Amino acid sequence: MTLWLTLAVNSIAFGGLLFLLSAGFSLIFGLMRIPNLMHGSFFMLGAYFGVTLMLPAVGANFWIAALASGLAMALIGGAIERFLLRRLAGKELAQVLLTLGLSFIVSDLCLMIWTGDPWQPASPAELRGVVRAGGMIFPLYRLAVVAIAIVVAAALWVMVDWTRLGAMIRAGVDDAPMARVVGIRVSRLFTLVFALGAALAAFAGVVGAPILSVYPGLDSDMLPLALIVVILGGTGSLLGALVGSFVIGFLYNFGQAQFPDLAYVILFLPMLLVLVLRPQGLFGKGAS
Amino acid sequence: MKASSTPRAAVVAALLALMTVPLWVGNSYYVDVASQILLFAVFALALNVLAGYAGLVSLGHAGLFAISGYTAALMLQAGFPHATAAAGAVLATLVTSAVFAVLALRATGIGFLMITLALGQTLWGIAYRWVNLTNGDNGVNIAARPAPFGISLAGAPSFYYATLVVFLLALAAMAAFDRSPFGASLRGTRDQARRMTALGYNVWLIRFLAFLFSGFWCSVAGLLYLYNKQFISPQVSALQASAEVLLMVISGGTATLLGPVAGAAIVVIMKYVVSAYVVRWNLVLGVIFVAIISFMPEGLVPGSVRIWGFARRRFFALPRRRGTVREGAQPQARCGPTGPLAGSAPQPPDQVWGGEGKDSRKPSPGAPP
Repeated sequence: MTLWLTLAVNSIAFGGLLFLLSAGFSLIFGLMRIPNLMHGSFFMLGAYFGVTLMLPAVGANFWIAALASGLAMALIGGAIERFLLRRLAGKELAQVLLTLGLSFIVSDLCLMIWTGDPWQPASPAELRGVVRAGGMIFPLYRLAVVAIAIVVAAALWVMVDWTRLGAMIRAGVDDAPMARVVGIRVSRLFTLVFALGAALAAFAGVVGAPILSVYPGLDSDMLPLALIVVILGGTGSLLGALVGSFVIGFLYNFGQAQFPDLAYVILFLPMLLVLVLRPQGLFGKGAS
Repeated sequence: MKASSTPRAAVVAALLALMTVPLWVGNSYYVDVASQILLFAVFALALNVLAGYAGLVSLGHAGLFAISGYTAALMLQAGFPHATAAAGAVLATLVTSAVFAVLALRATGIGFLMITLALGQTLWGIAYRWVNLTNGDNGVNIAARPAPFGISLAGAPSFYYATLVVFLLALAAMAAFDRSPFGASLRGTRDQARRMTALGYNVWLIRFLAFLFSGFWCSVAGLLYLYNKQFISPQVSALQASAEVLLMVISGGTATLLGPVAGAAIVVIMKYVVSAYVVRWNLVLGVIFVAIISFMPEGLVPGSVRIWGFARRRFFALPRRRGTVREGAQPQARCGPTGPLAGSAPQPPDQVWGGEGKDSRKPSPGAPP
């Protein structure tokens, strides 16, 4: 029983991380119509930035490191969109393959700079304890990760549903050419959303580092998860990303614990079901 | 670049050159590299059926390649004879291809790419994590190469000749496919899926069969790879491997007969040359990928010609106004997509994800019976 409960808490925490990762992925996909195959790289590179900032030589606080890493990645992501993806506007496949090529470059550079050894920063001192409730012990940090994910989800929801910027993004997701006609600068939205997605992924990377650690190949471990979340939840839908993240978080953790050999296959089952029954995803808008 | 349009003398010369490789190369290491070029050419030709002729870019093909190699390796380890293992490998790959196709053909364009990517990663996960079955990261060894008709393939030259025979068979099959009504209808589904539906073609079935055809040659390439290395590990099913073979197809020029072959030669040679000097092959792969996609999306050979022509106009003759590069890239898009990178998909963007595939399976009301 305790095992199951611990597993459940871990699953929810992992689902929170996945949401941070896939919310940006989903918005980028919804708006620009391309899956950003660099998203796993943003996650890994952000985590590496974070652990570097936390080294004694630099000595940044955990949260400052996470925010700084997110900010740095926003700049990098924005630059990639502005200077590389923009050149290929309208050629979606070329854009996807460009992000794939860039992901190889990033993963090899990371291996070169941070070597092949895993890095695992300590969780912030104030969150190292545990919470005891009803005879059960919950690690405080994982609960904090869930809280962060909920706060970010709420903030994104307010931004997308209640602000002018969000209205413009929604317009762009629904019909980019029409949005352009009514005077929304969709190209600027592209850069903004891409930078936001990159920042969220990097932030998630740092927040996840005490749990997952940072190692070469983290990018290609996370990318398929984001892909599956978005296939499951539907592109461009934040609610879909949220639900998908927690479903995948549970399946991944329980799968790892019960059938470690087949963890990947178990992940793939809900995707299969959704593709067969509802190809646009649980919360995606169907093609008219 | 159809075989029929190539001068006969060039074909004979190329055949002679290929047949005499072990004689003029000498060193068995380089003969082995030549074998690998040919086996990857078969792999690239297989992917070209989908990425080139069907306009469906798959990033899960390394999974199919690996299924074939792993099935054969595990069956050989279990004590089956070579012929049974090879047949089992082809069968397993065809079944997997069918499953891939049924799932991935729910979508076209980017959706197809995403689903194949996720499926390929799933196979990678099995190869890497299911240690009891696949021996995980340590891979699977096989004791010996097969000896078809009693001919030993243990030496590099004899293996080269066996690979050459298979390669020529694959090339002949592709040439026949290129000229067949099936090839034409597949190109039709790429360029004008809706019109093909209106003409009464079953677009979904055509794509499905193309996927199986592609899967078959993937399995052949996977078998050759296993026999060549006598070893297989999860690396062959990784995303990098799928990207590498896609790079072969794109760099040589998609939807051509010889493009993927040239691309395989370029990538394999580059991999060996680069690996001899630096350990960072993935970095170089990424840089080449980005460079080709950004600057010559139509393939290395036509791209180089275009950029050379541009440079000549720009620097040796009449200076044109700025932006000529963009103009140079335009005609491709205007004459319709000749390759997956040439322009956006013919479907409207909101149908990229799933809607179209469903549509095309229903025969349209006006279709002839």
